[in-house]
Amino acid sequence: MSATQTLTPAMQRRRQAKLRRNALYLVLIVIALVAPFVAYPVFLMKVLCFALFACAFNLLLGYAGLLSFGHAAFLATGGYFTGIMLASYPGLTPELGILIGTFAAVVLGTLFGALAIRRQGIYFAMVTLALAQMMFFFFVQAPFTGGEDGLHGVPRGELFGLISLSSNLNMYYFVLAVFVIGFAIIQRTVHSPYGQVLKAIRENEPRAVSLGYNVDAYKLVAFVLSAGLAGLAGSTKTVVFQLASLTDAHWHMSGEVILMTLLGGVGTLFGPLVGAGVVVSLQTQLAQSPLGNWVSVILGAIFVICVLSFRSGIVGEIQKIVKKNFK
Amino acid sequence: MTMIFGVPLMVFMGQLMLGLINGAFYALLSLGLAVIFGLLKIVNFAHGAMYMLGAFVALLGLQHLGLNYWAALLVVPLVVGGLGMLIERFILRRIAHLDHLYGLLLTFGLALIFEGTLINFFGVSGSSYPTPAALEGGMNLGFMFLPIYRGWVLLAALVVCLGTWFVIERTRLGAYLRAGTENSALMQAFGVNVPQLITLTYGFGVALAAFAGVLAAPLYPVSPTMGSSLLIVVFAVVVIGGMGSIIGAVITGLAMGLIEGLTKVYYPEAANTVIFVVMVVVLMLRPAGLFGKEA
Amino acid sequence: MSQAAEAISGTRDAHPHHDGAEMLRVSDLHAFYGESHILHGVDFDVKRGELVTLLGRNGAGRSTTLKSIMNMVGRRTGSIMINGNETLGMKPHRIPRLGIGYCPEERGIFASLDVEENLLLPPTVRSDGMSLDEIYAMFPNLYERRRSQGTRLSGGEQQMLAMARILRTGARLLLLDEITEGLAPVIVQALGEVLVKLKERGMTIVLVEQNFRFAAPLADRHFVMEHGRIIEEISAAELPSRREHLNSLLGV
Repeated sequence: MSATQTLTPAMQRRRQAKLRRNALYLVLIVIALVAPFVAYPVFLMKVLCFALFACAFNLLLGYAGLLSFGHAAFLATGGYFTGIMLASYPGLTPELGILIGTFAAVVLGTLFGALAIRRQGIYFAMVTLALAQMMFFFFVQAPFTGGEDGLHGVPRGELFGLISLSSNLNMYYFVLAVFVIGFAIIQRTVHSPYGQVLKAIRENEPRAVSLGYNVDAYKLVAFVLSAGLAGLAGSTKTVVFQLASLTDAHWHMSGEVILMTLLGGVGTLFGPLVGAGVVVSLQTQLAQSPLGNWVSVILGAIFVICVLSFRSGIVGEIQKIVKKNFK
Repeated sequence: MTMIFGVPLMVFMGQLMLGLINGAFYALLSLGLAVIFGLLKIVNFAHGAMYMLGAFVALLGLQHLGLNYWAALLVVPLVVGGLGMLIERFILRRIAHLDHLYGLLLTFGLALIFEGTLINFFGVSGSSYPTPAALEGGMNLGFMFLPIYRGWVLLAALVVCLGTWFVIERTRLGAYLRAGTENSALMQAFGVNVPQLITLTYGFGVALAAFAGVLAAPLYPVSPTMGSSLLIVVFAVVVIGGMGSIIGAVITGLAMGLIEGLTKVYYPEAANTVIFVVMVVVLMLRPAGLFGKEA
Repeated sequence: MSQAAEAISGTRDAHPHHDGAEMLRVSDLHAFYGESHILHGVDFDVKRGELVTLLGRNGAGRSTTLKSIMNMVGRRTGSIMINGNETLGMKPHRIPRLGIGYCPEERGIFASLDVEENLLLPPTVRSDGMSLDEIYAMFPNLYERRRSQGTRLSGGEQQMLAMARILRTGARLLLLDEITEGLAPVIVQALGEVLVKLKERGMTIVLVEQNFRFAAPLADRHFVMEHGRIIEEISAAELPSRREHLNSLLGV
């Protein structure tokens, strides 16, 4: 028997979509590599850190349908642990510091996740919010976090003990690498069989249960993965800004990451990236303008508008337009 | 001097009283959340902001309009409740058909707007609201010193909670509310104007929060952020008690206040977090909550 | 009295028991749940004091027809006239106030209300409804259990409650959806007696039924539905001669 490979139209379309996607990735990578010569690297690093944070959050909301209102806890835990390790052990290289911070977030994510998935929907959101607030008070009171002032002067150090990160350009490419790794993990997860089951649970949990899936285990893994990546974002951010502070642990931060994801497009791969870019730019621009004091009001208004009439987000709306006009 | 586990009785009772006062606020706020959740199925993240607005409207009314405390107790819940009804009618109703998580997100946005706007005008540092003259001073009860205003707050909160219970469990309007919570489509088919009932319910829940705000004004600094931190604790209280039962919400609120007060006596470092710890324990032992029916 | 005489004598309400006056007229009714098109042009009419049945297999659109009359489905087009009023554009809570009582298939007894609260729940739509005493006289079981939680009642008692509660409101047109479903024969018989009493009181009744043997002796006319349309109208007088035809339509 000859194994002739004939492509069905569906396979062809899928192959084409994959090609297009790879081309898009290539373009984005090139843009990202050139970007620091066009824009401020520090600003770009901030965007990348928040984009990774938002992507991590989106993995949970967009693909597992779980709305966490406490993701600031993981961002802050990653940040604080990395900060403390790097500040206390001068010999520690930044990538190890970041790994430790990420691991701390994974541990916390396992604990919080195991508790939170015991309740559904609206209660899940309230549980995560309350747990994160508990962490906030912990960070306020713990002797090693610098309390209200935060942890300052965290050394950036030398990557692998070789490359100094004190140059913003070096730092930028490292942050870009971290982001790409995090994004790749999310992309692989979403498109894996595991990701498919996750989506099935989001669509119809009772049916997934009756099909024999251990729904809680799937949810927990998603939660831990999301928490770990949020921690990775926080750890990296601490190295970039040489600072870990209570801002990262505040419930406002949990709200901001929801806004970034919602604005960019819940359940789209690039939405959180776009949303983080818009929100961080907006914050930066507003901070220098006479409207500086109105940031939280403006973010609140964007929230309201998004929920009322822009629920697909920027990327979601673009996808709709593309689908309508090019298919 | 009588000691209770190494703490003087007066101090012990004083802290317990403080805890009970906090508990009264938890009860009032979680009651409002539960009433709103019952019919609208959304968790009102703007509830803290409405509590804060209650205190602010009372303060501004006193400063600019000469609105005294007693009038404020009556007028402010009406004003803020009216604002709530406008919010429901023109904003929340538009997303009523969506996943209820959107309601949480929308009201979160509203909370940011209210809080941020007031911060811009009044800053974050609080102002004080004078204790009404009739309720100044205190009484020595022998085992404790009771500031009269605190006693009043506890009494007023309990009366309002019981009144709410009575209206919901024993009146025709309450029957509409309970039935609407179960099956609002059928209520419409009986000729009940459910959209109007929903608007009134949201307004009532918000008015409860505003009433709590007026009660709180002479006790705590009146500041734009006074609601949000309180609300998160109330969320934990709601998770502990479940939102299915009115009495459950009140009992849980008071009990959590007491536990917080006791923690302040014996292990002050944990006073901020003890309610969250209780929530964790409840989630492990009884995930549906103490008074909850469904998971 | 002829239609013309009635028109001269003034409002139709002045003759509540007048036979031949139209209580309900459904014309070219289409109904949709989201994207799915359920009713495809339903036409039928019910005269005052009549009892008509909607017969048909499961999924023929009988329950949806009742829900459409109450404006409980998504989108509707066509016309629904109740007592001469077009109701298609009316808000759902206005429709029962025209004097309609609706008893849903799932009965809709409220668990958080006791029996008497359930009974008193629907607002009165007209002044001449049955009093609580009359209702308890008609359904003595409900009186005995008036303090029980609504959903603690037996299936038959719940059905009695669901019916009783719309009688108190003064509704003159009753839409009853599968009231005998899953009930013991004794109770079905009792329900039949109740329907006879209601007819004597001049009520107009639209009955959605599976149990044809229950419906046959009560009804003035039968409408058979299929695929979201009325495909056959059979009057009580025609019934004996067309029994077999009907059986074949219903697949029994």
